[in-house]
Amino acid sequence: MPLLARMQNSRNALGFMFMLPAAVLLLLFLTYPLGLGTYLGFTDAKVGRPGHWIGLENYEYLWGDAVVRLALFNTLFYTGVASVFKFFLGLWLAILLNKNIRFKTFFRAVILLPYIVPTALSAIAFWWIYDSQFSIISWALVKMGWIDTYIDFLGSPWNARIAVIIANVWRGVPFVAITLLAGLQTISPSYYEASAIDGATPWQQFRHVTMPLLTPIIAVVMTFSVLFTFTDFQLIYVITRGGPLNSTHLMATLSFQRAISGGALGEGAAIAIAMVPFLLACVMFSFFGLQRRAWQQGGTDK
Amino acid sequence: MSDFNRRKFLESSAGVAAVATLGTGTALFSSAANAQATMTFKPEKGAKLRVLRWSRFVQGDIDAYMANVKKFTEATGVEVRVDNEGWEDVRPKAAVAANTGAGPDIILSTNDDANLYPEKLLDVTDVAEYLGKKYGGWYPAGEAFMRPDGKKWLGLPLGASGSLIVYRESMVKAAGFDVFPKTTDDFLKLYRNLKEKGVPGGMALGNATGDSTWCNWLVWSHGGKLVDKTNKVVIDSPETIKALEYGKELYANFIPGTLSWLDPNNNKAFLDGQISVTNNGISIYYAAKNSPDPKIKEMAADINHAVFPIGPAGVSTESHLFFNQMVMKYTKFPQASKEFLRFMMEKEQFDPWLQGAGGYVAQPLRYYEANTIWSSDPKNTPYRDSVKNLRPGGYDGKLGYASAGAAADFIIPNMVAEAASGSKTPKEAAERAQKRAERYYKL
Repeated sequence: MPLLARMQNSRNALGFMFMLPAAVLLLLFLTYPLGLGTYLGFTDAKVGRPGHWIGLENYEYLWGDAVVRLALFNTLFYTGVASVFKFFLGLWLAILLNKNIRFKTFFRAVILLPYIVPTALSAIAFWWIYDSQFSIISWALVKMGWIDTYIDFLGSPWNARIAVIIANVWRGVPFVAITLLAGLQTISPSYYEASAIDGATPWQQFRHVTMPLLTPIIAVVMTFSVLFTFTDFQLIYVITRGGPLNSTHLMATLSFQRAISGGALGEGAAIAIAMVPFLLACVMFSFFGLQRRAWQQGGTDK
Repeated sequence: MSDFNRRKFLESSAGVAAVATLGTGTALFSSAANAQATMTFKPEKGAKLRVLRWSRFVQGDIDAYMANVKKFTEATGVEVRVDNEGWEDVRPKAAVAANTGAGPDIILSTNDDANLYPEKLLDVTDVAEYLGKKYGGWYPAGEAFMRPDGKKWLGLPLGASGSLIVYRESMVKAAGFDVFPKTTDDFLKLYRNLKEKGVPGGMALGNATGDSTWCNWLVWSHGGKLVDKTNKVVIDSPETIKALEYGKELYANFIPGTLSWLDPNNNKAFLDGQISVTNNGISIYYAAKNSPDPKIKEMAADINHAVFPIGPAGVSTESHLFFNQMVMKYTKFPQASKEFLRFMMEKEQFDPWLQGAGGYVAQPLRYYEANTIWSSDPKNTPYRDSVKNLRPGGYDGKLGYASAGAAADFIIPNMVAEAASGSKTPKEAAERAQKRAERYYKL
């Protein structure tokens, strides 16, 4: 039998061939860049100059760097707070949209708008909203006589952190809401009818029917949401560039600042790679923590 | 140097800035003050050039530049493609081009870029020496950037975009100063008076790449500096602390919110009439003068410029955005590239370009001080000396990765912001900057 015909009859060979395009894409566009980034993190590469292997020196160096530690704290704070808000607001919106309300499709479409607008554009809008001289919020409050001076949204560290988190939540809620809505719609109405016949209150229905059945979706959505937030770049870059006093610098923006503007490619790569353990932990948590069968089927851990 | 081609031309007796229109194949007439033959390089056969340049502060710059490019193509037959990028995006692109050995033949970039990969750049010493001789010499700042070893030119200086004091004449007068203060003491007095009058000034203290450079001036004017000549970090010094104490007093009179200011904030606040003094390029004035809004146009008459005041250091200590022109070593057309740089720097081209840029760019060669852009409107004059008075960001040390990294990490602006806002004492802020800078200069 010729080789081609033999291969066409072999399940293994065929399987391999069908997987090849996907494997090549993954290798080329995912594994290679990630591998290169990891490698660069262990070198002292600069833009325009290939680096030498220096082992863990970058990481030791970064660990002693106050700005990097601050950026790590900022990133964890930013991700933590923004994700919690996005989850509750998103769930709330999803449940509202799942009810039979008028113009349902219209509202569902409108909800998506913040997600559709390019991030850079919405970031510029927020930048104006938070402007120290032209803020519409400050202006309105002053006109109403509630405050005397303009609020320094981006000028003091904690104000700035909260301000960028609000911008991030505004942008991230639609993704959570729409995906959870899709999840809600997969829950068969018969569960609700059955529980209603048993005399379950709306809260009990939510707690014992909706939540368990929605958990797999929540796990996926929140994993993605946390990943996106943790690696956020555009919002910060446009609104504050990491200022004031580096109080809104995230790992991603600091990585860019060090690697590209500052020319320290190896160090920037190391900062980026330092994000990986956190992201991995988050994926693991969702994978092993939230996707347990027993929990999904309404049981408890043994 | 085999195809180096030197031709002699008659010297025309015309004075300054005669814009010679050149037809294809016509000879170039030099009208420099000193008799000097025009040096030319013979472009390679079939040469085509790609130029990557920063853009765009003012449209007039691009228009004049492209007109010169067209003249070059007509004169030499060399096709030139010009790509424009925002100035902050040129740096990574240039670095990647240098790294991979492919990309534009000529790159117009900023600050200490040429010092990051000197071995990837074509030696242009011959062009630089020729131009220097012909046009009254390069300013020292240009040499500091482009001829770090004092021998070889890594590229040509193109100029600098000055960041100077922009102020409202009427408000400064009302605050008791008929002429703008020339010393740091008077400068502080002015800021105090302006705040009392309800029209404060303000300068950016956020991570503003362009406008936060006033912080360099603040430190230098008091005699502080990041590193000494041997690249030893010396920022934690009594001079720096004095500068920071001064900065703190100055900041107390700023308009609220400057800690969050990025590059565009002061332009917006100034044109809205909220601030009386700031530091900026000529763009505020340029925008006001050309504004369709009659109210803003009216403001232009009240806007004026001044160089930064001189502090205890006793000399001008300004920090501006420096522009260079680099020929990449990998280019297939080194002769055409050199010819292009030479052509663009000759006064037949450079004079109209300076005009087109409307004062946004100051010349790197002394001869062009006579360009009428600086005299036609006296408000432009202060910007004339932006290369002359310039100190590189890595003053007083050698430029390279350390200086670029320290500048990109906002070490000096962060230090000033920390001390000014009171989140750290001047001493603490200086110590922190010292530690941060030492990490870069350890390399």
